[in-house]
Amino acid sequence: MSNTSSGAASFLKTSVKQPYIWAIAALVLLLIINLIKDPTYLGISVNAVTGDLSGNLIDILRASAPIMMIAVGMTLVIATRGIDLSVGSVMAVSGAVSMEFMHDAGDGSLGSALMAIALALGISAFLGLINGVLVSIVGLQPFITTLIMMLAGRGLAKVITSGQNTSASNEFFRWIANGTVLGFPVVFVIGAVIVALVALLVRRSALGLMIESIGINPKAARMAGIRPVGLLIFVYILSAVLAGVAGIFSTASVMTVEVAKTGFSSEMDAILAVVIGGTSLAGGKFSLTGSVIGALLIATLDKTIVFLAIPSSATPAFKAIVIVAICLLQSQRVRALFSQRRARTSTPRKEAVSA
Amino acid sequence: MTSVIERPSAPQSPHTPSLASRLKPNLETLPTLAAIVIFVGMIIYGEIAYGRILQFSTLSNLFINNAYLIILAVGLTFVILTGGVDLSVGAIIAISSLVGVMLANAGWNPFVVIVLMILIGSAFGAASGILIQYFNVQPFIATLAMMFLARGLASMLSTTPERLADDSPIRTLSTEVKVIDGPKINDLVTTPNVIIAAVVVIVAFYILHKTRFGRTVYAIGGSEQSATLMGLPVVRTKLAIYIISGTLAGLAAVVYTSKLGIAQNITGVGWELDAIAAVIIGGTLLTGGAGFVLGSVIGALVLGLMNVLITRDGSIPPEATTIITGAILLVFVLLQRLVVSRKRKT
Repeated sequence: MSNTSSGAASFLKTSVKQPYIWAIAALVLLLIINLIKDPTYLGISVNAVTGDLSGNLIDILRASAPIMMIAVGMTLVIATRGIDLSVGSVMAVSGAVSMEFMHDAGDGSLGSALMAIALALGISAFLGLINGVLVSIVGLQPFITTLIMMLAGRGLAKVITSGQNTSASNEFFRWIANGTVLGFPVVFVIGAVIVALVALLVRRSALGLMIESIGINPKAARMAGIRPVGLLIFVYILSAVLAGVAGIFSTASVMTVEVAKTGFSSEMDAILAVVIGGTSLAGGKFSLTGSVIGALLIATLDKTIVFLAIPSSATPAFKAIVIVAICLLQSQRVRALFSQRRARTSTPRKEAVSA
Repeated sequence: MTSVIERPSAPQSPHTPSLASRLKPNLETLPTLAAIVIFVGMIIYGEIAYGRILQFSTLSNLFINNAYLIILAVGLTFVILTGGVDLSVGAIIAISSLVGVMLANAGWNPFVVIVLMILIGSAFGAASGILIQYFNVQPFIATLAMMFLARGLASMLSTTPERLADDSPIRTLSTEVKVIDGPKINDLVTTPNVIIAAVVVIVAFYILHKTRFGRTVYAIGGSEQSATLMGLPVVRTKLAIYIISGTLAGLAAVVYTSKLGIAQNITGVGWELDAIAAVIIGGTLLTGGAGFVLGSVIGALVLGLMNVLITRDGSIPPEATTIITGAILLVFVLLQRLVVSRKRKT
């Protein structure tokens, strides 16, 4: 992951392998648009007393944390040729569980906050386990399995809170979203640490390769001795737990779970971040760095739209334009590559696999 | 009258020939049969537990309230039969009905408005189809993009509910016509909307089962590669099914707007899931290639009846509705899975 920032120039040459160069370009473009509107947009001020950083860029980092979480989980699921549409609903369930628990506990202590977090993540993991078992052992399509979980999860969140938007007060829980560590927002720091841990886990062990091999060719992977059941269950649980973390992030900032709105259409943000990051929806090779950049781009897009005083409910239209543009770019490139490759069919593909 | 009376008996027509034939078609029709059994079971249970289910007024309301869902489900049946999916239908309804209401209130000719509403749907469907067919975008992603686009454009038009004028001619589509004048309020009523839905179902049934186009749709779902190798017009057909789905979403917007008279940018959130659920409950395989449009109608009615029963029961919290829908969907998908694995073994 550390190569990405140092070798930015070489990406331009190999932009085929690193499709998220477009995401970086779009990110810069959005920041320039904001800068034209307000020349001081990129300014970061330091609070002299607490050492907190504040400014639009810090806001973007804060807003990108939940998207980053679900995007990382989604990346691994998509790499196995799957999809997880339930992340938004799992976010709502996780937020509902933690808010309801702290509301009932009512003491606002550190202990009840930690219990609430443990409970929320545990239930998220259980929902992920159901997804994983249905996909791997029963053999249902990931699309429909997680679609059902999306329906049922949203209902579950509403049942947990009896359909009410539940609030709670807890200093520690609130600090997660609104506090700072070394001047940076806590959510971003936690998010970055989790992303780094996941990246270490999948890239420093054979796990990442095995996940990719399932996505590239499930049959060949099985014949090579990779057992997909455990891996699939693992990625769906990981995706759900990360969604649970995202749910805690997004409810902690307002200390309220809005059962109909928390995490609503977040799965689309996650998928968008993954696609922007250059992971193919057909599975196989994945790029966690790309997905993180995608998450940053989406957070920037959200903030830019608000900043330009466009109604925030119009955001989906801009996201749609981004998706269509990326799909067109990728498909034209694919076509151009195909016509080039006719003569020398297999060599570039080998490169792509080994890289 | 024809619409209401024909519907329950009509589903038998696709499997009358298959009952006579052997094991394989029986397995294919099993999910649809299960849907019919569940529908009948729900009616019987509702009649015993709550009463006043099996009567004209309840049943006519079932059709009147779910006419739009039936139309959406028919459109999605085409798409799912080819192994694709269309997530944009709910958002198309939002933008189409919003544009329709605003233009109608601005004094446009109602016929022009209705045609325009339907054409908006066709345009979004065509855009999805072009992305999918000519740029190799996955159906899931292309229609997701159209869903975002339609929802976002609708939000740019208005974020507050737009009310259709009470004297607008578009509302005549939902005037109730008494077919049988029963005792008290127990009348068999229908609306032009229900008739529109019935016509859509009949036309779709004819197209899917009696025309070359319909057979191509099934062939693509069975195996797109084989269909291409057989020289079937795969490109044209796939483009057409997304246009059909979009157009029917536009038509559903007309039906829904005329009934409710209010359009908003958040109209139709999640309806694509209802429509997909209706199609799957109705026995269409998610992988494509097998299913019946009449099954989708049953699926839509099962969902509608479920809402009626939950309202009647009162003890089930309305929040649990989506959990129940999810559970029913899961059962049917598992059933499909069972059927498909059986078929592979034989």
